[in-house]
Amino acid sequence: MVGNAVFRAEGLRKSFGHNEVLDGVSLELHAGEVTVLMGANGAGKSTLVKIISGVYERGDGTMSLAGQAFAPNTPAEAIRAGVVTVHQNINDGVVADLDVATNLTLDRLSGSGASFLFNPARVRRQAKAVADRMRLAIDLKARVSDLSLADRQMVAIARALAHQPKVLILDEPTSSLSSAEADRLFALIDRLREQGVAILYISHRMSDIRRLADRIVSMRDGIISGVFDKKPLDYEGAVNAMLGRKIHLDHIVVRNSAKAILTIEGLRIAQGARPISLTLGDGEVVAITGLVGVGKTALAETLFGVRKPLAGTMMLNGKPYAPETTGEAIAAGVFLVAKDRGENGIVSGFNIQENISLPFHKRMSRLSVLRRGLERSTARRQIEELGIVCRSEKDEMSELSGGNQQKVMVARWMAQDAGLFILDEPFQGVDISARRDIAAKLRASAKGRATLLFVTELDEALETADRILVMSEQTIVGEHRNADVDLDRLLAEVAGGPLHSAA
Amino acid sequence: MTLRDYAIRYGFIVLLFGLIAYFAIAADGFVSPQSAVFIFQSVAITGVLALGVTATLVVGGFDLSIGSVATSAMMAAAYVMVVLEQNALVAVVVCLLIGAIVGLINGWLIVYMRVPDLLATLGMMFLLVGLQRIPTEGRSIATGMTMPDGSVANGKFSDAFLALGRHRFDFFIPNLIPVSVVVLLVLAVLIWFFLEYTRFGRMMYAVGSNERAAELAGAPVKAYKIWAYVISGVFASIGGILLAARLGRGDIASGNNLLLDAVAAALIGYAVLGAAKPNAFGTAVGALFVGILLQGLTMMNAPYYTQDFVKGVVLVVALVFTFALSGRGRR
Repeated sequence: MVGNAVFRAEGLRKSFGHNEVLDGVSLELHAGEVTVLMGANGAGKSTLVKIISGVYERGDGTMSLAGQAFAPNTPAEAIRAGVVTVHQNINDGVVADLDVATNLTLDRLSGSGASFLFNPARVRRQAKAVADRMRLAIDLKARVSDLSLADRQMVAIARALAHQPKVLILDEPTSSLSSAEADRLFALIDRLREQGVAILYISHRMSDIRRLADRIVSMRDGIISGVFDKKPLDYEGAVNAMLGRKIHLDHIVVRNSAKAILTIEGLRIAQGARPISLTLGDGEVVAITGLVGVGKTALAETLFGVRKPLAGTMMLNGKPYAPETTGEAIAAGVFLVAKDRGENGIVSGFNIQENISLPFHKRMSRLSVLRRGLERSTARRQIEELGIVCRSEKDEMSELSGGNQQKVMVARWMAQDAGLFILDEPFQGVDISARRDIAAKLRASAKGRATLLFVTELDEALETADRILVMSEQTIVGEHRNADVDLDRLLAEVAGGPLHSAA
Repeated sequence: MTLRDYAIRYGFIVLLFGLIAYFAIAADGFVSPQSAVFIFQSVAITGVLALGVTATLVVGGFDLSIGSVATSAMMAAAYVMVVLEQNALVAVVVCLLIGAIVGLINGWLIVYMRVPDLLATLGMMFLLVGLQRIPTEGRSIATGMTMPDGSVANGKFSDAFLALGRHRFDFFIPNLIPVSVVVLLVLAVLIWFFLEYTRFGRMMYAVGSNERAAELAGAPVKAYKIWAYVISGVFASIGGILLAARLGRGDIASGNNLLLDAVAAALIGYAVLGAAKPNAFGTAVGALFVGILLQGLTMMNAPYYTQDFVKGVVLVVALVFTFALSGRGRR
């Protein structure tokens, strides 16, 4: 093993308002090693990366690089000191309208010492040097907007490496690459590792992690929850440390269902994915869990008519169900509480009452004129039912806490009786008490419909569901009754374990 | 409510009444039924256009083609009656059809061709400005004009059509209220009721505020957007009919100010009652505000060339009211 760390962070803290995002994080990166950083959404990964790369100021703690104190105030300072970051969004790293050569030398166009005039010949010479060092086989005269995503990423990384960094941070670099493109990236990472660069690699994809990792660091709730560096690496342990297993506190009474509400046969939601078949029963609460990007939202949107399946059939209450639009899904009694309420749910110009009535205008109007009295009484009833903390139903959404905003989103869809009630990440950005309230409400009202939750956090599934299904690579890979859960098997399935190795 | 809240909510209304009070004292004859009707009449056409553009603002869009739709409708009305020698009803129907078709094309460009709203309607504006001149090779249309092929157009504006622009209803005083003012008031009440009280209006606001949320709530977002442009186009063509009826000819040079005045009225409307969003009542008040200001200044003998400057100042002040003072401007 490599002895001394190139980069070392001790006790990093960061909070936004009252929200403690990093709660004392210590991290070491070694030269010539790929350290994989894992963590669920909101674990603090991106905050950590932003502190290291000089975007955020750290709240507390120290960092050192090659034995010297390292405290960048701007991204440019971090790059000059030798810490280079390639961000998740590929197009942030390149200028699409310029050619490859100019992109590779972009950092030399500004800053002290840069010449006033733009000399194309010199730019091409410098760019060629950078490209050769990286063994980059891309036409330097091509415009970046004409390149594939993978090539753009190569350019972004090559540009970053022109600074000859000691530490390279890659934030979910494969999230928009095909597997062949990803292989090229991995080959490049292998070369960099040989050259002695310390690499911090952030990803959710187990296949990437299996391919690259020398060490795995798991993060959860703003702390490092596990470091794994003994070969062979304990991938399931890392997933476990990331998702947490605080063994659920209140055991739920698991229900079984006799009457099927939704039956899915051979549903395929992505190219090359194995088909999904499942049945959801009356009164049942089923949670589908899995890492980010395994197709949970795609499945939710397929059920709700936002996207069309590639193959397969669905039956709802014994009748064929193939919604073309969200309107058809709602008319059939299928409701979806979409994930990311700010983006997909809240109409910010509307108050609580107007947000709650949004999907059911037709049922709440006479001759197309909205019945405001009915709208108000519905909102009041729902505020009461879900215990939404507000002054009145006329409050603006922006005045509510995150948990109460989420309750309004759930209340919106519980105002009418659903046949199939889908909730995608309903506990995202929700405090623990609101989470309990929502889960209790879902279980208490479950009779007469099928309830389907999509959650990344295992705890949330264990706390709310009668049945837990595991998703991996756009399909269902496991099923557990939430009474005698074999957590080791479940975690192995989440990690894409022995069932099938790297895809 | 704090003082600031009061300022946001009632500031513009107070300003309006202050303005009326000032002119009442400073300008002789400002407070009279005739003066009031004159103000209404001067804002009637821009007001109708402004109400239409409000519909597109509600769904988060914008329509720059309204001015040229109005002048195209005016030219079409003149062409139908003077050259084709048809009656008033045909002229009105043709105008409304033009408005609806242009609205459909605008909506199609924006929704399906993904052209940004400002650019699509700007393009449509140029297209219409050019198109309306082609049938007469750039000449204005009036009875007795010589056509490009040498013949003489003998049709004339029918009396029924001209009445739309010139007839006045008795209202306590004989011959007081012009038809255009009645049209404005009826359309204002209609669109206000539609936007505030029907489910379609409510969903249009939802589309404008968060399109994705509206779609996930089951709304056919694309249809709503296209309908908004159709409303805008039809309202603009109604404005064009009123314009043609008032002028009694198809005047190639008229209607230059329609677009800017209508947009200004709709944007001023954001500030009325602290709405901070497009709304029909605010638009009507905005149009009235500009009308009162200009009428008052005219009666105080301010030169005509200061008018645009004054309108601009009012618009800028109103936008500051909307976006700086109320938090709802930011997201």
